[in-house]
Amino acid sequence: MNHPLLSVRGLEVRFGVTRVLDDVGFDLQAGETLGLVGESGSGKSTLARAILRLAPAAAGRILWSGEDMLTWSAARLRRHRRHMQLIFQDPLASLNPRMSVADAIAEPLRIFGTGLSARDRRERVDAMLERVGLSAAVADRYPHEFSGGQCQRIGIARAMILRPRLLICDEPVSSLDVSIQGQIVNLLADLQHEWGTAMLFISHNLAVVRHLSHRVLVLYRGRLVEIAEVDTLFKSPVHPYTRALLAAVPDPRRIAAGARTPGDAASVAAAPDDGLGRAEATRGCAFRARCPTAGSVCESVVPPLEALAPGHMVACHVTRTGSLVYP
Amino acid sequence: MTAILSIDRLNVSFRSGDATVAAVRDVSLEVAAAECVGIVGESGSGKTTMFMAVMRLLARGAHIDGGIHFAGVDMLGSAAHELNRVRGSRLTMIFQDPMTALTPHLTIGRQLCEVLVTHAHMSWSGARRAALDMLERVRIPDPERRLRQHPHELSGGMRQRVMIGMSLLCNPSLLIADEPTSALDVTVQAQIIEILRVLRREMRMATVLISHDLGVVAALADRILVMYAGRIVEGAPMRMLLQRAAHPYTAALLECMPDLAAPRVARMPSLAGTAPAPSERESGCAFAPRCPRAQARCRHERPLLRASGVADHDVACHDPLGA
Repeated sequence: MNHPLLSVRGLEVRFGVTRVLDDVGFDLQAGETLGLVGESGSGKSTLARAILRLAPAAAGRILWSGEDMLTWSAARLRRHRRHMQLIFQDPLASLNPRMSVADAIAEPLRIFGTGLSARDRRERVDAMLERVGLSAAVADRYPHEFSGGQCQRIGIARAMILRPRLLICDEPVSSLDVSIQGQIVNLLADLQHEWGTAMLFISHNLAVVRHLSHRVLVLYRGRLVEIAEVDTLFKSPVHPYTRALLAAVPDPRRIAAGARTPGDAASVAAAPDDGLGRAEATRGCAFRARCPTAGSVCESVVPPLEALAPGHMVACHVTRTGSLVYP
Repeated sequence: MTAILSIDRLNVSFRSGDATVAAVRDVSLEVAAAECVGIVGESGSGKTTMFMAVMRLLARGAHIDGGIHFAGVDMLGSAAHELNRVRGSRLTMIFQDPMTALTPHLTIGRQLCEVLVTHAHMSWSGARRAALDMLERVRIPDPERRLRQHPHELSGGMRQRVMIGMSLLCNPSLLIADEPTSALDVTVQAQIIEILRVLRREMRMATVLISHDLGVVAALADRILVMYAGRIVEGAPMRMLLQRAAHPYTAALLECMPDLAAPRVARMPSLAGTAPAPSERESGCAFAPRCPRAQARCRHERPLLRASGVADHDVACHDPLGA
């Protein structure tokens, strides 16, 4: 039987008594990019950390090619880590300032004892630098000599030098200038295409998520509220939160052409953002205080994630009972 | 049109070792009463430094040259006690990160009231009523309870609403908002945009909105100025700037923000290269190395900001688009 590269089932992560992730489940196929969106505090980064086993799972399973990673020994996990790499939001902070670029990129090769000689390692580093759009001539320089965009290229080179099967990108372009973001996005797309790496791509930049992802998963307060193919999600979002999220993005051209500003358009978003405390949120739907269509059932019962169409899952009572008709 | 703020040939530079870092280069602009001006540019373009100079919040090492006048006050020639008569009351500024702008160990109520007691010489009880009223205007639910809370008990969006409320307590003539929504999620950003839009009309207050996001600026500004490498490279009323961008940099910025409703494209648009460091001496147009339209002339002769031929539309380019 063919297992997905990664399957997450019923994942729960708690920080103290707070449930940061609650019953999250999805599959990620080899070579696929899954976009992960949601507001800050929705659990995006915690999900990434739980998959990397950097945050402890309180319940659920994380299956790698069908095997439950949560049962693995520390040694087994350590050997496995070469297959899962991570790049971060702040590229400069994630590089050791006292390590040359060549040493930083070669470090994974050393740690995982790839059996390469120092000279072979250097050759691989030089080739990798060229591949990410830098020159091998910069290998002996230090991180502070590079711009933010260049540092992110270095971070990508370091993450990709072991050819991992899964690359987790946590807001990889958010600290970069708008004119630079596209360079990094295109580089990630090229590398994935070339090497078939699966990607979990976390970003609050919806344009970037739409560009890179095959499917998109929406988190709200630690729960998966909608998951769909990228075009379905952007063209026909169903969950009221997903709809609010998409309506809230201000598009300069459309505003110039006389469109309503996002404040008008997203009546949902204009509602106060603090409706529920954490304790109240565990009963019923966490979005109900901001939801224009919430009914009484939303206050008492957590909406289950259900398939609306093949590949399109939504957790919303109102869309399920069909009493909600969108214009 | 009476200008509430006028900046005249402003230069701001810093000494860094042996080098001089020129952050703002020869910028002149005016903000009219009740007008909202959006300042767009990428990191290092000088947009924040310019308005920190207006507020006189730059460190001593900064060298400021030129003229800044706010409501008749010479902001560069006045002593601190004179500046303090306008700063925080008639001229206010809010920042990207409301957590660091609020004092962590004082309640929201204490921090709001302090503004009114200090600047408007109100009693504490009067200030409390005014603070409550303001929290309602910035749409904070359950304001009584919020007054007793500390900043860490509020969400990021709510903290930014508190900051906006605090900046508006004394009916300012000009609010400078520096990336007020950049640390927030888009749904919360939409709330903040809406609050700023309503309140600036109600209070007939001028606003300077600094942002890297053309969408946010479009949602609020009457007029947009685009900065690159310390200079204004284009300025026009909002619609004209977005629909008929004349500077290749403005056009590129717009292209880098794909419309979510348009079909997906194979390559994400981007600009090659990076902006010059502020320490670099300029020869010619600072954007020339990244400009698809650059000619030999652009590399050694710097284009001046001048009327594009359309009213109110200024551009600094030898070969503007649509000319």
